[in-house]
Amino acid sequence: MANENAETGRTLKGLAFVSPWIIGFVVFTAVPVGLSLYYSFCDYSLTLPPVFTGLDNYRTLMGDSIFWISVRNTAYYAVLVLPLSLITALGIAMLLNNKIRGLSIYRTIVFLPSLVPAVAAAMLWLWLFNAKLGLINVGLRAIGISEPPAWLADPNWSMPALVLMSLWGVGNTVVIYLAGLQDVPRELYEAADIDGATPIRKIWHVTLPSISPVIFFNLIMGIIGTLQVFSQAYIITAGGPARSTTFYTMYLYDNAFVNLRMGYASAMAWIQLLVILALTLLATWSSKKWVHYGGK
Amino acid sequence: MSNLNTGPITTIPATPVQNDVAMISFPKTGNDRQPVAPDGTVIPDRRTRRTPRSWLLHIPLVLVCVAAILPFLWMLSTSFKSLEMAMTFPPQYIPKPFQWSNYAEVLSSNKTDFLLWTRNTLIIAVLGVAGTVFSSALVAYGFAKIKFRGSKVLFAVMLMTMMVPFPVTMVSLFAVFKWLGETTGTEWLGTFKPLWVPAWFGSAFNIFLLRQFFMTIPDDLSEAAKIDGCSEFGIFWRIILPLARPALTVVALFAFMGIWNDFLGPLVYLQRPEQFTLALGLQNFQSQHGGTPWHLLMAASVMVILPVVVLFFLAQKTFIEGIATTGMKG
Repeated sequence: MANENAETGRTLKGLAFVSPWIIGFVVFTAVPVGLSLYYSFCDYSLTLPPVFTGLDNYRTLMGDSIFWISVRNTAYYAVLVLPLSLITALGIAMLLNNKIRGLSIYRTIVFLPSLVPAVAAAMLWLWLFNAKLGLINVGLRAIGISEPPAWLADPNWSMPALVLMSLWGVGNTVVIYLAGLQDVPRELYEAADIDGATPIRKIWHVTLPSISPVIFFNLIMGIIGTLQVFSQAYIITAGGPARSTTFYTMYLYDNAFVNLRMGYASAMAWIQLLVILALTLLATWSSKKWVHYGGK
Repeated sequence: MSNLNTGPITTIPATPVQNDVAMISFPKTGNDRQPVAPDGTVIPDRRTRRTPRSWLLHIPLVLVCVAAILPFLWMLSTSFKSLEMAMTFPPQYIPKPFQWSNYAEVLSSNKTDFLLWTRNTLIIAVLGVAGTVFSSALVAYGFAKIKFRGSKVLFAVMLMTMMVPFPVTMVSLFAVFKWLGETTGTEWLGTFKPLWVPAWFGSAFNIFLLRQFFMTIPDDLSEAAKIDGCSEFGIFWRIILPLARPALTVVALFAFMGIWNDFLGPLVYLQRPEQFTLALGLQNFQSQHGGTPWHLLMAASVMVILPVVVLFFLAQKTFIEGIATTGMKG
């Protein structure tokens, strides 16, 4: 009996400590997620109560050309940014994972750009990409490219410009990789040395498998992040030119808060949630083949 | 009592300052049993040894750093130019003369109210950071130190919420805040409340991070306190929190940066210019000015970036001090 009372007491105590999160979860996550699912089946403009319209929103979306443009743009961006940033960050982290002079300075400098608030970064890159006076085209002309791209003003170059900009902020990922790299047991490298492994084979057979959980983590975070890209593109290009940078979340935002089509926007949000979920599951499933968890 | 072997006591002091960020970020991937402080991440002899050709590594590293830092220098340079100078081709890299007045002009421009926006951002940041740190620590303590029925399920649910993209809740949260405004009798939409009140209900990532840290704190102190008649909250408040100061600093720092950088939240919930945060104000400043006076825009951007950068450098120090003063060295 006493034992049971103690357990009940502990449960109450535990729940008391956890209660802020439980309340927050219900009010700010569970209810909104449920509501948005309901709204996605409604015609809802916030001022009037939602009217149930079944699958109408989803059906309309399938025939909405801007929706598909936003899907394509987001996919294009993700396909460029994900591998580029994962590889660049890993490369930089590997360079930093050596005993060299000035390491801490390098590390700090690499990390600095990822601190910059999205809005400020957007302003900065607007200016850097300025077709005539921006540093990038000034530099390109200096190395002999007489007609550099107009970047943000050119529908073909606007997306690569945003990709370039996102690579500037890769320092955060570098730091995560670096922590992983420093956790690779030295014995593994020593064993590889004894076997006479070349540096490249060491990277392939020791480093990469050892940090595969970190790569996996960065991949998942990358998927979730790139599929939601909004702020910088919204500020820099507002989706243009010629809808070349209209991202999914941007079109969702416009529908919700500019066109006040809350139900329509909710349908988009649910499709986004399901896609992110599916991609994450896919990555998790594939990870069984390439992620090695150490014996820790 | 039994988990003394994974205590942070020996591992944290070995962490050089530069690694504080690594210490922050890495545990997300960490194995459940691992302490937040990545033990061993920083033991120098784990790195590959210096090779005779190590100077070759400096070449790519310098290039990477130049690419990272040039945009900053370009921004700074423009921020001290006159408009004509900024629009001159080819550009002048070092402005002559330095036009310091750009900064004053941004601060006093009648189209902007930088001081007010800074104040707004700070109000939200103070309330938000305090809420995040306190509530996340409280919840994390519950998950880390009290073994209660259902805690595993709740914790798993919490981890899952990290996957929910903001756009999914963005629209309906708007409706929830509207409803809260109608039922509580005080307006929520168009006030700072939607931006800081949720912070007082814990944030999943920070709870996770703190829980990992709390689990590395040995139980003997708490048990001794319990024998002395200390309540559970007393243990949390007087024993665990002081010991967890480095981790709490990290959470506070992250929360602050999140609020300082947030654009979408203020964009959705704030309507009147006098309520704008810096991020929203800066964007508004740009769209208002149409023709884009780059020199002013860059000066304004510098002012938005500077506090974050200063904080970053200060925080490195806070870490050493935090570790020293919490007696972790003992």
